[in-house]
Amino acid sequence: MYPELGQLALIIALLLAVLLSVVPLAGAATGRDSLQAFARPLSTGMFVFTGLSFAVLTHAFMVDDFSVAYVANNSNSMLPWYYKFSAVWGGHEGSLLLWILMLAGWTLAVAVFSRKLPSTMVSQVLSVMGMICVGFFLFIIVTSNPFDRLLPNIPADGSDLNPLLQDIGLILHPPMLYMGYVGFSVAFAFAIAALINGKLDAAWARWSRPWTTVAWAFLTLGIALGSWWAYYELGWGGWWFWDPVENASLLPWLSGTALMHSLAVTEKRGVFKSWTVLLAIVTFSLSLLGAFLVRSGVLTSVHSFANDPERGTFLLALLGITVVASLTLYAFRAPVVHVRSRYGSLSREIFLLLNNVLLVAATMLVAIGTLYPLVLDYLNLGKLSIGEPFFNATFSPMAVAAGLLLGAGIFSRWKRTDGGWLARKLLWPLAVSVLATTAVMLVYGSFAPWAFAGVFTAVWVTMATVWDLWDKSASKKGRWYGLKRQSRSYYGMVLGHLGLAMVIAGATVVSNYGIERDVRMVPGGSAEVGDYTVVFNYIGERQGANFRAEYGEFDVFLDGKQVASLHPEKRHYPVGMSVMTEAAIDAGLFRDVFIAIGERISDEAWAIRLQYKPLVRWLWLGSLIMAIGGFLAISDKRYRIRVRSEAKDTASTGEASAAGSKAAEANA
Amino acid sequence: MHPIRKKRLTIVLFLVAGLAIAVGLTTYALRQNINLFYDPSEIADGKAPVDVRIRAGGMVEEGSVVRDPESLKVEFRVTDYASSVSMEYVGILPDLFAEGQGVVAMGRLNADGRFVADQVLAKHDETYMPPEVAEALERASKGKHKAADVEKAAESAAY
Repeated sequence: MYPELGQLALIIALLLAVLLSVVPLAGAATGRDSLQAFARPLSTGMFVFTGLSFAVLTHAFMVDDFSVAYVANNSNSMLPWYYKFSAVWGGHEGSLLLWILMLAGWTLAVAVFSRKLPSTMVSQVLSVMGMICVGFFLFIIVTSNPFDRLLPNIPADGSDLNPLLQDIGLILHPPMLYMGYVGFSVAFAFAIAALINGKLDAAWARWSRPWTTVAWAFLTLGIALGSWWAYYELGWGGWWFWDPVENASLLPWLSGTALMHSLAVTEKRGVFKSWTVLLAIVTFSLSLLGAFLVRSGVLTSVHSFANDPERGTFLLALLGITVVASLTLYAFRAPVVHVRSRYGSLSREIFLLLNNVLLVAATMLVAIGTLYPLVLDYLNLGKLSIGEPFFNATFSPMAVAAGLLLGAGIFSRWKRTDGGWLARKLLWPLAVSVLATTAVMLVYGSFAPWAFAGVFTAVWVTMATVWDLWDKSASKKGRWYGLKRQSRSYYGMVLGHLGLAMVIAGATVVSNYGIERDVRMVPGGSAEVGDYTVVFNYIGERQGANFRAEYGEFDVFLDGKQVASLHPEKRHYPVGMSVMTEAAIDAGLFRDVFIAIGERISDEAWAIRLQYKPLVRWLWLGSLIMAIGGFLAISDKRYRIRVRSEAKDTASTGEASAAGSKAAEANA
Repeated sequence: MHPIRKKRLTIVLFLVAGLAIAVGLTTYALRQNINLFYDPSEIADGKAPVDVRIRAGGMVEEGSVVRDPESLKVEFRVTDYASSVSMEYVGILPDLFAEGQGVVAMGRLNADGRFVADQVLAKHDETYMPPEVAEALERASKGKHKAADVEKAAESAAY
């Protein structure tokens, strides 16, 4: 009985979404406040019913209701409760429901946190969100109903959650990632509303900024969690594979990063308006493209869900409608916008423009590398794959260029920056960076051009960021006073850039100085990896909750002293007949030692993978710092205060709308 | 020139420059890093280039996996049930590598017609089959050899 209620809730939510996408928009167009007043209640209702539907599916997992096909396919009565819970989004239908729940959640958030905005703007934004919701509600109800029943032959037990997904990484990774993906729909909705109004002004940019930043921060966390999970759970110690699905999440991240920066220029200086709107449209379209790539079955990947052409067609149609409709609107409305401000050819505007050019170029590179094989395959022109070398060769120079510009850009001023002054400003950071990079090369004991470029970029970004903070915090009342006087959004930027520097440093060092060895080992034997000696003590068996494992013990020595005892496993899951490699990692801030058990070679010997991974943690730590920077930036009080003063001139219409809605209630 | 026009021109020039760099790098990198896929029949017919990094895939032939007990070297045959190709690989095979399962390998074909793999990918779970392999099997089954084997392959290729 419950599952049908879940489906009913979804259908009601769809109807509310249809109303939301029409009624407030009509109210805004005709100036009828009574219609606009529906925007918030409809958003709330849509979220409540989607939440209800999600709760019903969660309940079905918790009570092992295997009459629901999705539960039977993705769960098992032997699973611990927390994996039953995360199994709700372990497959296509449930993860789509989570996606929609978040979409409804973002809509509700806009409804709640937009009290200070002009009511026409709110109505239009919420209506656009409603339209996006309609698309996804139709998608789930028509092609991917999570509540489909297996009647009358109810299976006795479920076919288990893929063991790869029985992990803390899976509990966290999809929700964070989807928060980011879906969050960009808010920036998109603001852009569309601004286009409809023809009011692409600083106020619009200021309203969009916190939403874009918070979505970006979630996406950063989601990508980092995915990378971390791949590192320890896929078993072989890689942290980024340029897998099409990883790229699908990187695309909106890159263009979203560009959007964040160009929004800053639009807000502060009132330029780049058309460009910013276009980026908002592109970023959300790339999120939809990601959904299409993952859910249509066109990809060969650990992420791809079961193949179903109908779903792919539906998502492609959704993507097509979004792109065509928004670009058409853009074509008609964007030229209305006029640029008034001026800026010199050496100014912060130009540095941010270059940042955008590089980020968009990088987005295009990744898009080409990801889509080219798919297009060729679709046209029957042959099957090919584009692997890591392509992306490494093209992406790394862009990242280095962006980092070098970033360092100079931090010191630049709006409107006009004196070239000689900037050069003098950069001299010391440059000298320190060269020295520090050389020192790092000496520590790792070898020189490689790309390693130097990467480490230099990281040090350079750090130096420039810290130097700028030092300059800005100089105060007659003392350093501490000066530091406290800086705004939260400034500290957000500082953390964002320091996090980026950490990621660049981690990626460069682990790629250039990491050691990876596959060796044949017998119990009692030992092998070297870098400066570390690994002794293979024994291998035995142990029984887990829903698996049986071969369980090894390895001692790790450095300079004759034991630093760790590691226990990698090879797990066999009887329900799904699958095998999983559980690597054992001795994690550290400056290096990881990684051991994974391969297959048995003979009665005695095993294939063992040993890895030395310097600075690998910096990748995820840096991402975390970036995301914290994003959250810090949106907590800046200026967003609230300025919005209030902006809203003053529209306060009278706000009151009118309140009066209108009261009248409407009275009529009802 | 009018300052605003000049500004627009700068922006356009920057964009064009960025685009040119991107396209240039892309085509350069693409030329070197494209890996074409060949199925065992194509390799047997000599259609695959020698000593070029390519991908090849099919089903691991039953009883063909031979492991060197003294090193990490493994030899096996990959088939589309019409032709087969010998592969060798040094390293750790994926967890789900097994006889009778679909694999895709990356590597080079040497002069003796042996495929020296530097990377072997197997499916991720028991219901998944690499699409390239599924299609290779389909192509082979439509071709010359109509054996019971082929039907079995087509059946397993249907996911």
